[in-house]
Amino acid sequence: MAVHVRVPTPLRRFTGGAEEVIAVGATIRAVVEDLEKNHPGIKERICDEEGKVRRFVNIFVNGDDIRFLNNLDTPVKDGDEVSIVPAIAGG
Amino acid sequence: MSAVTGLTCRECGQAYPVAPLHVCETCFGPLEVVYDYASIRRTMTRASIQSRPPSIWRYRELLPVQGEPQIGLYSGFTPLVKADRLAASLGVKELYVKDDSVNHPTFSYKDRVVAVAISKAIEFGFDTVSCASTGNLANSVSAHAARAGLRCFIFIPADLEQGKVVGSAIYGPRTIGIRGTYDDVNRLCSEIADRYGWAFVNINLRPYYTEGAKTYGFEIAEQLGWRLPQHIVVPTAGGTILPKVAKAFEELQRIGLVDGGQSVKIYSAQAAGCAPVIHALHTGADSIAPVKPNTIAKSIAIGNPADGYYVLRAVRDSGGWGEAATDEEIIEGIELLARTEGIFTEPAGGTTVAVTKKLIAQGRIPRHESIVICITGNGYKTIEAVSNTVAPPCLINARLQEFDELYRQLPHVAAVATREHTG
Repeated sequence: MAVHVRVPTPLRRFTGGAEEVIAVGATIRAVVEDLEKNHPGIKERICDEEGKVRRFVNIFVNGDDIRFLNNLDTPVKDGDEVSIVPAIAGG
Repeated sequence: MSAVTGLTCRECGQAYPVAPLHVCETCFGPLEVVYDYASIRRTMTRASIQSRPPSIWRYRELLPVQGEPQIGLYSGFTPLVKADRLAASLGVKELYVKDDSVNHPTFSYKDRVVAVAISKAIEFGFDTVSCASTGNLANSVSAHAARAGLRCFIFIPADLEQGKVVGSAIYGPRTIGIRGTYDDVNRLCSEIADRYGWAFVNINLRPYYTEGAKTYGFEIAEQLGWRLPQHIVVPTAGGTILPKVAKAFEELQRIGLVDGGQSVKIYSAQAAGCAPVIHALHTGADSIAPVKPNTIAKSIAIGNPADGYYVLRAVRDSGGWGEAATDEEIIEGIELLARTEGIFTEPAGGTTVAVTKKLIAQGRIPRHESIVICITGNGYKTIEAVSNTVAPPCLINARLQEFDELYRQLPHVAAVATREHTG
C-alpha cells in the first residue's frame, strides 16, 4: 500500500523540506514506522514514549480524523491521503 | 514598551524567539508568550491603567505587541452589567454579565484577540491575513483587515447563519465556504497556512492571538473594583478563552494589581450537541475524545478543541465544574437573558446562561457568592436560532379602532410589576 503523506512545516526538516512524501503500510501504525525508516527521528515527534499519538497531533485519512476510525490501527489503501496536522485554536 | 522575552512550549518548555510560530518542533505543543513580570510589576499600576483609554490596550504591558498598537484601538472595555433581574430569576445574590455582545467593531469577544493578532501581523510585515472560523472570528478579521488595508481570506463552514456570512462579506474579504464542519475547515486551513505563508490569526499567530483573550479577565477584575469574582462561567469551543481568563487572574495577582490568595472557581459551558470537554470532565478523562457537532450553537460547534486539554486543567485546578445545555435550554437561556437584562446574545451566550442556571440548581455554584457570566457574542447575528420561538407581530391597519379591538383581545401582562430593580 503506498499512501501520500502530507507533512506539516515542523516535520519537514525530517523529510528534506518535502511537503508530501510517499509511505507504505496497511495501517497508519505501519505508515508511521515506514516514515521513521526513511526519515529517522520523525516518529518520536508524532508519537509519545508509549507509542500513542501525541496530544497535540491530529492524523487524518482522506480528511477523516483517525480517532473516529481505529486510531493507529486504521487501515489504509493504495492512493490514500494521510495528513498530519497540529491542533488549531478556535474561531 | 513590551516586556515579552520570547515564546515557550507549554508542554516541554523549549524556548523560541518572537516569530510567527505556533507549534513546538519537538512535541507539537502550543507555544506561549513569555513576559518579564518583574519589570511589568515595576511599571504597571492601577493608576497607570486607569489613566489610559478604555480599551484592551490599557493592559498593553501584558499583551505581546512591541510598539504602539496598530489596529483595534476601540476593542474591549465592554460593560460588566450588574444583572439583578437575572440574579432574582436564578435565585442568587450577586451576579454580573460581562457583555462582549457589544464589543467593537464586530460585536463579539473575537475583537479582542483579533486586535492583538492583526497588530502583530502588521509588526511581522504580513500583507495577507486569514482565519478558519465559525463566524465571529471571520467577522472580526474581515473588519480589522479592511481598516488596516490588508488582503483577507476567510474560511468558514458553508452552513453558517446568514448574519455571520454577510457580517464578513460586507468588509470585502475573499470568503471561502467549506462543505463540512469547522473541524474540516481547520484541517484544510492548517495545510493552506503551511503552503501560502499568510498570517492566519488562529494558526501561525495563535500565541499572540490567544493572549488578547486575557483582557476579558483583566477588565472583569478592574470593573469589580480590582477584585476577582468567586465564580465565573465561560463558554468553551476551541478552548481559548477559559484558560486565558484563568491566566489573566493569575497575572493580576502576580504583579500585585489584585490581592493574592483570592480563588476563582471556573466553570465551562458547552452545547450538549458538541460537548467533548464536558464529557471528559464528567468522566474524569485526561484526554478529549473528539465529537461530530450537532447543535444550533454553531459558534461553539468545535468537535476537536485544540485547547480542550487546558480547559480541563484550568477548570479542575480551580475547583470548578461544567455542564452542557440542550438546544432547547440554549434558546430558553437566550430568552431569559433578553427578558431580564435586555441583552440579546447568540446561542453560545444562551448556552452559558443555561449552564449557569443548571450549576446553581445543582448546588455547584452557591447562591450567596459573586458570579460572572461570560457573554461573548451577539444575537442579532444569529436571528435564525430564535426566529421561530418569538411571537410574530400582530398585523392591523393604521386605524385606532383596530388597535382598540386588538388590545382588548391581548392577554394582559403586568409589565410594571417587575420593575423594582430599575434603580
